[in-house]
Amino acid sequence: MVMKKVPMSTPLLSASPRPLAPVLARADEIILGKSTEIRLAVACLLAGGHLLIEDLPGLGKTTLAQTLAHLLGLQFSRIQFTSDLLPADITGVSIFERERSEFRFLPGPIFSQLLLADEINRATPKTQSALLEAMEEGQVTAEGETRRLPQPFFVIATQNPAHQIGTFPLPESQLDRFLMRLELGYPDQAAERRLLAGGGQRQHLDQLLPLLDASTLPGLQREVAAVHAAEPLIDYVLALVEASRQAPAFQHGLSPRAGLGLLAAARAWAWLAGRNMVLPDDVQAVLPSVARHRLRSLQGSDHASAEDIAALIRSVAIP
Amino acid sequence: MSTPAKEALDHSATPWLFLAAVATVAPHFAHQPSWLSVCVALTFAWGGWLWWQDRRLPGRWLLVLLVAGGCAAILAEFHTLFGRDPGVALLVMLMALKLLELKSRRDAIVVVILGYFLLLTHYFYSQSIPTGLWLLTALWLVTATLIRVHGGSAATTRGTLRHAAVLAAQSLPFMLVLYLLFPRIPGPLWGLPQDAHAGRTGLSETMTPGNIASLAQSSEIAFRVLFDGALPPRDKLYWRGPVLEAFDGRIWRPYPGVTPHPQLALLSQPVDYQTTLEGHSQRWLLALDAPSTLPADAILSGTLTVNARQPVVNRQRHRFSSVLDYRFNVEETQAVLQRNLALPGNNPRSVDLARRWRAENSSPQALIDKALDLFAREFFYTLRPPLLGENGIDEFLFTTRRGFCEHFAAAFVVLMRAGGVPARVVTGYQGGERNPVDGFLVVRQSDAHAWAEVWLAGRGWVRVDPTAAVSPSRIEAGIADALPAGEPLPALLQVRTDWLRTLRHRWEAINNAWNQQVIGFDRERQRDLLARFGLPDADWRDLAIALGTATALLLTASLAWALYHRPHRDPAARLWQKVLRYLARRQVHCAPWETPLALAVRLKAERPELAEPVAQVVEAYLLARYGTACDLKMLRAAIARLP
Repeated sequence: MVMKKVPMSTPLLSASPRPLAPVLARADEIILGKSTEIRLAVACLLAGGHLLIEDLPGLGKTTLAQTLAHLLGLQFSRIQFTSDLLPADITGVSIFERERSEFRFLPGPIFSQLLLADEINRATPKTQSALLEAMEEGQVTAEGETRRLPQPFFVIATQNPAHQIGTFPLPESQLDRFLMRLELGYPDQAAERRLLAGGGQRQHLDQLLPLLDASTLPGLQREVAAVHAAEPLIDYVLALVEASRQAPAFQHGLSPRAGLGLLAAARAWAWLAGRNMVLPDDVQAVLPSVARHRLRSLQGSDHASAEDIAALIRSVAIP
Repeated sequence: MSTPAKEALDHSATPWLFLAAVATVAPHFAHQPSWLSVCVALTFAWGGWLWWQDRRLPGRWLLVLLVAGGCAAILAEFHTLFGRDPGVALLVMLMALKLLELKSRRDAIVVVILGYFLLLTHYFYSQSIPTGLWLLTALWLVTATLIRVHGGSAATTRGTLRHAAVLAAQSLPFMLVLYLLFPRIPGPLWGLPQDAHAGRTGLSETMTPGNIASLAQSSEIAFRVLFDGALPPRDKLYWRGPVLEAFDGRIWRPYPGVTPHPQLALLSQPVDYQTTLEGHSQRWLLALDAPSTLPADAILSGTLTVNARQPVVNRQRHRFSSVLDYRFNVEETQAVLQRNLALPGNNPRSVDLARRWRAENSSPQALIDKALDLFAREFFYTLRPPLLGENGIDEFLFTTRRGFCEHFAAAFVVLMRAGGVPARVVTGYQGGERNPVDGFLVVRQSDAHAWAEVWLAGRGWVRVDPTAAVSPSRIEAGIADALPAGEPLPALLQVRTDWLRTLRHRWEAINNAWNQQVIGFDRERQRDLLARFGLPDADWRDLAIALGTATALLLTASLAWALYHRPHRDPAARLWQKVLRYLARRQVHCAPWETPLALAVRLKAERPELAEPVAQVVEAYLLARYGTACDLKMLRAAIARLP
């Protein structure tokens, strides 16, 4: 890599010791050829946001979620969304216990640290919103009682592209609750060859040992939140948000929540690179996954394309 | 700096260019040949259609052919390609044809520059308020087009127009400085003589029956007068133009030779006033009878007409004093008297009549009274007199008996001469209308008049106005009241509704103020203004110095303002700009959106010799600008190490 030639006097450009490097390296062995996506996913979790992975079936969405859960030592549960799934199937139900003559709450799968909501857009909007409310508020209200969800609490949702049969696309207000949206895409040929030779990657999952445990994660999140964002960098984020509102390519611009998310994600990205300060590069790196699902391109009703985001970046001078 | 020809023009900028072209060309339609207007309009329509349909523009050879054809047609129309009218026609044609060639951004810039130049050419024809407003709007539009051509498709219409308005407003101080200080050149700056003299209405040097009547159809303003004191009585407002002494039976002409200097005896206090004469391409100035003090560069002729040294082509201001009661040439030379008794051989009946009258009573005054009495009894004042033949005066006096002022004046002078009293025709203007808004007396072409002057022993030349005998109201109230209803007077003069009349007075007062204050800011006023600022007797050198100083001051002020309002820049960022300039000199260009880190990585591959030191600078810069502590020392040191 080009980076290696730079002497150690320039730590920003060199491969300085990076936190979580073992986790990322291990994940790379499971999900082949997707190191950028893995880092983005980890950055999303470190920034305290929820993640949406959208792609065709069979590209490793579920594997990615499971890998992360295993490696980070998080308590993991999974819900396969179907069109007949009810809200109670997620949040839990109260059942009557005959011997004690009272109702007992059986917590649903949402009471876990990492929830994989598979194919979220196959469920009805009612069920979807039950999950999304829990994501936003960190608590579940069932049968008149509010119960806190465990900490940390992440949702990794996967969905199929909206035009597939039998889907209920997430409304924009719900999409905004996901900090990032990733597309995995097809692996390159070399990675796919290794995949075929290795005989599938899911079997390795069972052998994965946690590299962290859940109690360290909040500490890491605090470190990430403390990464320094200088005045000119905040100006840059503001300029990008403003440009998205002015650009004629989009139906509407980024919300203030999106701006906050962009900065948080950039912090996590910088932290993963071993820096204690955010650079414009970090903002540019996370911008597509933070902004694309929040913007609608003017032509058609689809999400903003990667080219639109690239044009947005090119329209803003770095302060 | 030239714009590369291959840079493609944004499709949506084309309507702007068409709009700018139409705005700059349209007012010329009023005075250019109609075939050109039609061709230009058709070209606009063709170009617009091609744009609308997104068709291919015409090829190079067709355009060359069109240009050649256009030049040939203009040459055939004007017989030259130089001068005001053919030059403007050429520009208008080229502007229209350029719209068929809008391929690259450079073509668009050509249209914009041509548009700016065409704006200027409108002032060759008109300097009125509507022209000024139209050109200001067009200037705004052309500037907006220039911005739009450079702005790309992202620019909004409102933003572009606002930007153009701000730019135009910023140029205002410079415009004012240039207006006040640019050296004024006396006389017309542009235009060949045949251009400047074409198509003016006004008094002419000769008089034939009907030519003053045709003037009466025009409500155009001949001149304006501002009296220092009160307005003199209406029947004294005789504005003297050329005096016509030679008569060939049909046409009255001035005596071509030199007349001795006039002798004036002043019998009353002089009246002071200032006239603003519209350009009429003749040398005479209009002054009240009889002028006693003249402007410096005017000459008084032997017949009391005031002449300028050059034909009056542009609007001019003059100061006069006149005495309304005077004796003019009580002693007259025999040659002049003989000349004013001469008659051609025709009109025998009139000559007979006058001789009969003279035989009855030999006093000249009796002859005058007889003639005026005849007019008062049996004649009509009309704008539509019947046509007259060979013996025009006879036919008028004995058959038709209907005429306008020139008929009465001519017939009266013929009768006087036949009766042995020296007489001549004086042309000029009579009366005028006072505008109550600004107090100016407005004299129009319709106030053109002809009267007679007779020489009486002991009294000199005395004015006799035979029209006053026929139609006293012409002298007392003006032509509109003197003529019977149904006469072909211009609509403007027939207005008798009060509010319309008020409106007209207002509008003319505004126009007059514009002419006096803005257009009339000439050399003298400029000199007065500079004298007030402590620069007396400024010549063009002083003006150039003043102009330079004022412009420099303005530039300095705007520069200071711009520097003061410049976005405050971080010292690290300033140093980084220095590095970017350093790299640009070495053919490494960094886009505004490219991060320093990306630049360093790119340099590794593109310019290995620069990569290492630049990487160190990038490192130090990023730490200084985005890190927690702003350490400029390291950055400066790294910059110093750049090769």
